[in-house]
Amino acid sequence: MSTLTALRNRSTTLTSTGIVYAVLVLAIVLGAILTATAGRNFFSQGNVSSILTGTSILGFIAIGQTLVILVGSLDLSVPFVASLVSVLAAERMAGEPGNVPSAILVALLVAAVIGLANGLIVSVLGVHGFIATLGTGLVISGYLATNYQGNTGSAPRSFRLVGATQIGPVPLSTVIMLGCAVLAIVMLRRTRLGHHLYAVGGNREVARMSGIRTQVPVIAAHTLCSLLAALAGLLLLARLSVGSPTIGSQGGYDLMSIAAVVLGGTLLAGGKGNVLGTLAGVAIFAVMDNVMGAMEVNPFMKDVIRGVVIIAAVAVYARREIDRRPAPFEKPSTLDAALQEAR
Amino acid sequence: MTTLQNRPPIVAHQGGVGYRAAAAIATPGGAVFVLAIGLLIATILANPNFGDPGVVIRFAGRTAPIAIAAMGQYFVIVSGEFDLSMGAVVTAQVVMAGNLIGQDEGRILPVTCLMLLVGVGIGLVNGLATTILRVPSFIVTLGTMLALAGLVRYLTGGAATGNPVDSFREVGRGGIEDVPVVDVVPYPLLILLVLAIAASWLMRRPFGRSLIAAGDNPDAAHLSGTPVWWLKTRAFIISALSATVAGIILVGYAGVHPSVGNGYEFTAITAVVLGGVLLGGGRGWVLSAAAGAFALELLFTLLTVLDVESTWRDTVQGLIIIVAVAAAGRAWQVGRRPRRDARRTELGNEPPQPTQPDPGPITGDN
Repeated sequence: MSTLTALRNRSTTLTSTGIVYAVLVLAIVLGAILTATAGRNFFSQGNVSSILTGTSILGFIAIGQTLVILVGSLDLSVPFVASLVSVLAAERMAGEPGNVPSAILVALLVAAVIGLANGLIVSVLGVHGFIATLGTGLVISGYLATNYQGNTGSAPRSFRLVGATQIGPVPLSTVIMLGCAVLAIVMLRRTRLGHHLYAVGGNREVARMSGIRTQVPVIAAHTLCSLLAALAGLLLLARLSVGSPTIGSQGGYDLMSIAAVVLGGTLLAGGKGNVLGTLAGVAIFAVMDNVMGAMEVNPFMKDVIRGVVIIAAVAVYARREIDRRPAPFEKPSTLDAALQEAR
Repeated sequence: MTTLQNRPPIVAHQGGVGYRAAAAIATPGGAVFVLAIGLLIATILANPNFGDPGVVIRFAGRTAPIAIAAMGQYFVIVSGEFDLSMGAVVTAQVVMAGNLIGQDEGRILPVTCLMLLVGVGIGLVNGLATTILRVPSFIVTLGTMLALAGLVRYLTGGAATGNPVDSFREVGRGGIEDVPVVDVVPYPLLILLVLAIAASWLMRRPFGRSLIAAGDNPDAAHLSGTPVWWLKTRAFIISALSATVAGIILVGYAGVHPSVGNGYEFTAITAVVLGGVLLGGGRGWVLSAAAGAFALELLFTLLTVLDVESTWRDTVQGLIIIVAVAAAGRAWQVGRRPRRDARRTELGNEPPQPTQPDPGPITGDN
């Protein structure tokens, strides 16, 4: 009897990731209709690949941001890391194909050091992630503004191809982004580090008392986030073919990536959420941008719509997120336990 | 009754005025005043012209809008939330003042009322979406920021122009003339003083006390009968209103420009945090937030005086906030709990027994 009602409840209760994907499907359907009224085909190969291209850069950053938010922190320095990487790599490449590997190595190394610094400030000095990364972001932005007045360096043709190659309708950059997402998902689900990440994000003190070194996941998440931001910076370089010191902050990637993560159903306080949801959040943004482009919406009006949609979409499931938590000290039913196992 | 009277006074009430002042300065909220005064002295040493009272008071007038915004942001932060929409509100109000008042003096009063009303409306939306819809305030105010900034640029076509009539701008750039010693007292400074007094009075009222309680532990505040949703909503309204006042002052001396409010939210949050207010809520003093704004602006002035390239400003600001928050975090922690080694010496090097009663009242630092 109780098993039956539990089953009925289970089938009617969507997980937050489920809701996000439902919203994504809704966005695609609405988008297709709206695009059709504007006299275009939403599902044409060119349009699909342009949507997928739109997901790649924000996708890289949002995957990293998911890790950082899951562990209970934030990263506002990502746009500046992306800018710094694009400038450094462009200078080092200087149009020579032979310099590409060393340039990528240097870029990733610099980003890893920045991420390490973020992680150490957050975990060892005990500074709130918001302030710590706002601070390192400002430090980098000051360095960029002082040393670079405009675009510098150039990417060789072989490197630019990364941004331009397509496999069918899918751009190579999106494939790389999805590869990173798969790695992040495997890391979160299958490795000790991933489980510790959730534990520390859920309740740092409890995690510490359970014998977890709470600093390690925080530092790892911040380092990975900076590395992913560096990949986004390299991709921007491949597309623009010159390094630009303001490209990151122009994109507003810091706040938009946080919005995409929260839109994907991850709790801003940490400890709950996943990368799949984030990918859907990024895709919703990309579809929205594409449709607004097809409808020729005023560019300023786009921001208004984006803002309203962010609040409305998060409001849809923000309430149930909290209500759905099991009551403390309640024994889970056998079905729940079985489902937990199966998950 | 008698047991209550026989209890020793709590630590914050012990000692004389001097002792208590020293104890207050030792907290992060007090230390920011020392920091501000130290920076002022350093600036005067680097540039003796800055020691002139008239120059100092003009500087204070210029800093007033940031300090007012920081005090508004304080109410939101101390209740455990964020307000990222502040910069967009400043821009929206500046553009509104410019376009609606125009050169007609008769419109000053109705338009000012309308601006305050719009401020209340934005605060209400932020607050209700955060508390009733339970969307994290970071996301709500990010959304209102995008929406407002986009709306302003859409309505003005991306290039806002048209300054309001000069008598309205007088609020921002004028002052009481012919004052002895300081020459002129800018109106913004007077507005700041009035608002500072009002804000610290408000924080001593039940509203302020329960706001801090709600920021410290919303569940406990809710269980003790506080309407947390309405408290936080009012905090958002205060924040939006303070941004409105900052906008009214800014339209005075900066004029109408679509980027006038850019980055105001992060400057305000930085000032609040520099004032030792804990992100996440529950700790901090409202006047420390204003002092944090002054310390930040003095720092920039000092850098200018020392001929540091203005592009390095960001870097210094970044380093300062990290160091300040790291230091403040330590200090709040020390004040919150008796140190373990101190307790150990009291008990003769033995770890405290779990059944032992607590040794005396453990007090916070407020």
